[in-house]
Amino acid sequence: MKRLSGLFLLAAAIVLLPILFPDNYFVTVVGVTAGLNAILAVSLNLLMGYAGQISLGHAAFFGLGAYSSAILTARYGWNPWPALLFGLAFTGVIAYIVARPILRLKSHYLAMATLGLGIIVHIFIVQLGWLTGGPDGLGGIPTLSFFGWAVDSDQRWYIVIGALLVVVVWLALNIIDSRSGRALRALHGSEVAAEMMGINTAATKTGVFVLAALIAAVAGSVFAHQQAFVSPDSFSFFFSIELVTMVVLGGMASTYGAVLGALILTFLPELLVVFEDYEVMIFGAILMGTMIFLPQGLFVGLRELLRKLRRPATPTTRKPAPQEPASHKPTPRKPASQKEEKRHGVA
Amino acid sequence: MFDQILQFLLTGITVGSTYALVGLGFAIIYNASDVVNFSQGEFVMIGGMSAVALSAGDAGLPLWAAAIGAVLITTLVGMALQRFAIAPARGASVVTTIIITIGASIFLRGVALLVWGKDLFALPPFSGNTPIQIGNATVLPQNLWVMGGGVALVLGTQYFFNRTTLGKAILACSCNKTAAHLVGINVGVMLLLAYGIAAAIGAMAGILVAPITFTSYDTGVMLGLKGFSAAILGGMGNPMGAVAGGLLLGLIESLSAGLISSGYKDAIGFIILLLVLFFRPSGLFGKASVERV
Repeated sequence: MKRLSGLFLLAAAIVLLPILFPDNYFVTVVGVTAGLNAILAVSLNLLMGYAGQISLGHAAFFGLGAYSSAILTARYGWNPWPALLFGLAFTGVIAYIVARPILRLKSHYLAMATLGLGIIVHIFIVQLGWLTGGPDGLGGIPTLSFFGWAVDSDQRWYIVIGALLVVVVWLALNIIDSRSGRALRALHGSEVAAEMMGINTAATKTGVFVLAALIAAVAGSVFAHQQAFVSPDSFSFFFSIELVTMVVLGGMASTYGAVLGALILTFLPELLVVFEDYEVMIFGAILMGTMIFLPQGLFVGLRELLRKLRRPATPTTRKPAPQEPASHKPTPRKPASQKEEKRHGVA
Repeated sequence: MFDQILQFLLTGITVGSTYALVGLGFAIIYNASDVVNFSQGEFVMIGGMSAVALSAGDAGLPLWAAAIGAVLITTLVGMALQRFAIAPARGASVVTTIIITIGASIFLRGVALLVWGKDLFALPPFSGNTPIQIGNATVLPQNLWVMGGGVALVLGTQYFFNRTTLGKAILACSCNKTAAHLVGINVGVMLLLAYGIAAAIGAMAGILVAPITFTSYDTGVMLGLKGFSAAILGGMGNPMGAVAGGLLLGLIESLSAGLISSGYKDAIGFIILLLVLFFRPSGLFGKASVERV
């Protein structure tokens, strides 16, 4: 259960916040956006943080999910649920088709290819005006309803998206600790070595790419219903880069780090609005400064900092012991991820 | 039809020359420090904007002096970027340095927004605005300036890196920093120089195109993207490959805008780029990388 304690903490925070701050703009309105961003960041982190495959085009899959739902419900009058499923299938097929050739590429070439993919999808959304509404966007998207419980207020959207975030984080944590999760981390370390161990690297990479795309598509569909309106701006390459920034700022290869990064990057611009003209400049400076001084991201950086602070204070309790020595699970997660982080630093 | 294609080719080469110069900057910095500098486009913007600012008004400098001033300003910005953002993060992972340069580009854009606002600015053309007839196609004198300037800068860079001691010293650092240090090369200064040179090339590109495309605080974004595409298309770390990639990209865009659809021109450019990468995963002129275990 210790493995999931962070998840309970996250769920508790999601439940408690609206109780502590009822009708607060930052909780119910910005919080909903932050939740969606967190879902996207967690899915991208599976691909980037664990499998080590950089993607600068994740917004494309978010957009495909959103536009599938938007077009089918608003234009063709489908019920949202089959539209969601269709959107998932569509996004999944596209992701599967492009995954193999794209994931053969490495580092900067992979970054370029995913960036290009994102831009191509964006251009098609803008240009196919008869279908997507073009640059003006597409409105009149009905809201979701769960067996008659219509999600028609900010509070209700908060509940839905909060719950979805908890499910996605739980899913991500489980995948990372599963057999395929270990395969992912192995091929992150070295693809050749992973292949020598009998891992089908191409299939594993394709799998995680499609999974990340599917999660993004779900988020997109929910986003479309929540906003009741979609426009191409929400899915541009700027947003893809913002997602990558969330993952890296929070800390790669850490699911909670991705959530933290998403929260910070969603709330920061809201808070910086008070600086008016200086907003963009300060945002850039914060981003740069954080990455210079905490190159492994906030989550890992702050954890290390806490550890350092704690070390001299309580030297006797310092040894965390192999966590419950009687436990049948040797919890390989922590040391493995630490090693990975170190490898990152050197590379 | 033939005249039209000639016209598209001329436009394509002009646009391609800008992409090539931005790509060249990417390649120089990548070679010297293994960093993909996503603020390269911002150098172009700063070059164009400061040239406009220095030459504007009655008290403004003459164009040539404003251009020199703008290049100097941008060079200093490039060196400051290396000194204060890249150098302190030495040893960080590739993705971390990418985010640092993205942060730097947002920061520089923010500063430009603060100083110059959101307006579009233009420099006057260097030598008039009378179109020149080539066959049945026309070309503006400024287009020739861009092409000629591009060729001069590329040849100059080539000469600098292959024939001068200083250029060779920078190349030595990119091959092996420790070895370069051991033979007495000041690696820190060389890195600073490489960023300065990349920034200066970007600034010159920005000044050359400012009379044609105008310039504003956010022109750097798209140009940076295209320059990165050019560098990747040619093969990362190959300066001449980046130049070829830039020209090719400019031609593809101009031809597809003219012959197919201007709305899809960027998409066609990127689709061709993706296809090239599928068949040549290290770009057109890049060396295949081999993973060592």
